[in-house]
Amino acid sequence: MEATGRRRAPLWLRAVHSDHVAGWTLAGPAIFMMALFSIYPVIWSVILSFQRKNLLSGESQWIGWENYEALTKDPIFKTALWNSAKYTALFVPLSIIAGIFVAVAVNRKLRLMAFYRLAVFVTLAISTISTAIMFLWLTEPTYGIINAFLHALHLPEQQFLADTNEALYVIVAMTVWGWLGFVVIIYLAALQGIPQELIEAAQIDGASRWGIFRNVTLPLLGPATFFLVVWLTINALQLFDEIYLTTKGGPLYSTTVIVYYMFVQAFQNFAAGYGAAMAYVLFALILVISIIEFVVGKRLVHYSA
Amino acid sequence: MTKPIALEPPAVVRATAPHRRRWLPFDRWHLFLFPFALVMLFPMLWMLVTSIETISEARRFPPVMIPEGIHWQNYPNALKRGAFGTYFLNTFFVTMTVVVGNLVFCSLAGYAFARVKFFGREVVFMLMLATLMIPYQVTIIPEFLIVKWLGTHISPQIGIDSLGALIVPGIVQVFGIFLLRQFFRTLPVELEEAARIDGASRLGVLFKIVLPLSLPALATLAALTFLWTWNDFLWPLIAIMSPEHYTIQLGLMNFQTAHTTSWTLLMAANVMSMIPLLIVFLAAQKYFIQSVATSGLKG
Repeated sequence: MEATGRRRAPLWLRAVHSDHVAGWTLAGPAIFMMALFSIYPVIWSVILSFQRKNLLSGESQWIGWENYEALTKDPIFKTALWNSAKYTALFVPLSIIAGIFVAVAVNRKLRLMAFYRLAVFVTLAISTISTAIMFLWLTEPTYGIINAFLHALHLPEQQFLADTNEALYVIVAMTVWGWLGFVVIIYLAALQGIPQELIEAAQIDGASRWGIFRNVTLPLLGPATFFLVVWLTINALQLFDEIYLTTKGGPLYSTTVIVYYMFVQAFQNFAAGYGAAMAYVLFALILVISIIEFVVGKRLVHYSA
Repeated sequence: MTKPIALEPPAVVRATAPHRRRWLPFDRWHLFLFPFALVMLFPMLWMLVTSIETISEARRFPPVMIPEGIHWQNYPNALKRGAFGTYFLNTFFVTMTVVVGNLVFCSLAGYAFARVKFFGREVVFMLMLATLMIPYQVTIIPEFLIVKWLGTHISPQIGIDSLGALIVPGIVQVFGIFLLRQFFRTLPVELEEAARIDGASRLGVLFKIVLPLSLPALATLAALTFLWTWNDFLWPLIAIMSPEHYTIQLGLMNFQTAHTTSWTLLMAANVMSMIPLLIVFLAAQKYFIQSVATSGLKG
């Protein structure tokens, strides 16, 4: 698109109008910010993980693999890994099952449907902190309404978040509640992408409702399910807000998950290097699990109808 | 998903399908959906009820389901003990700046990555995409150190414990650049070329042709950035110390710590903290849901 035919523009003018200058001018500010706040920190984090560094004073010392070695011997980190695994193993399947079921239920034309959908979708707009505060009150051991229900049903009252055996399950319940709107939206979009002809063809062939759901709908939801399993797993391994607000990792470390322990080490004990090493272990974990999910998903999920 | 083979429209489906006997005056799905909707809404309903009870009503077992009167005073009392007005203004300022910043910077960069062939484009783009796979926790410790450095060496306005600390690291997101670039590439390039031949500048093409055609993508970016920034907790928790710079989420957390057993005040505060976002959500529900459905990301 340069001027031809006419007198050639001076070199500096052509340089100013070149695509290189235009591209870097347009994208430059964004690239600079990305370099500063995304790429540089990723590299610095690697270096940090080989250092003993105080977050506030900045004193640092190169210690090689010591942080990683210390992690393998840290009993609290082991507990945190185990708790994160347990939480993820509960949160992801429960969200998926509830999500499919609810999405199928709200994917029809009924009176009150706008209300039903709103009841699910509204959780999108509620912050993790607000959710945690609501559930703290629901599960309050002395005056909480859930214990009142249990009492009315002549069931034993529970300590919930104050009980080492129950706290993690309460966290699972509140996060499944909080994520349901998101999961249902993804499934609803997938359900609405299923061509009606396929369902009708199955009906003509005399398939039962359950048969259609099992053999037509469910396989066609495969890609959505695959996406959700990967995405929910990644987010489950990064659980933090709800833990910080409700249990602070307790009681007796029963809800100490990876990111919470990393926060404690890096920002309360100021062990920046140790925290960075933990962050990289988390990254490796997420990477490995995602790769496994991709390999398994490739076998199970079919992308064409 | 590829398009399936089109089938002949079935002419007789309805007639052959067995007619189900109606044993209820309404659809059977209501039997599941109605209780389910109540369960979903219950935490919020219970919060509302508690927020208008007196403290003695809230401290009774079994709980008082319907309070004797509406005890509005919890709301002004909560406002007196926590500076929620300040928190709200802080959050609003931070969120708006971050949303506008992302719209501007991601549009410019997204357009460059989509349409301008500049030196190093592919390498930079791949590098940026790679950072999308890295969990936020990996970058958060260096991010703290960088912001601390900016505060001592550049300006305290963007250092630790400033509102700038909440704005600057989030003002451009890789996700936004990627989203807009992908969208820009779906637009017909002929339109832009025609305008260029007519003498329009690159910025002119971007603002007069590309962006007006990209409103759905811009709305998605704005909606998701809004949700993320408004509800963010970990970064403000780390970067902010003084109450005058608290966001709503931080203020709420702090209020909870200070008034653990004042459930009525806490619920009133929680209701107030939710209202702004709920209003935005209800007003633009379609956009939020569409954004989540198309991008596959949650707030």
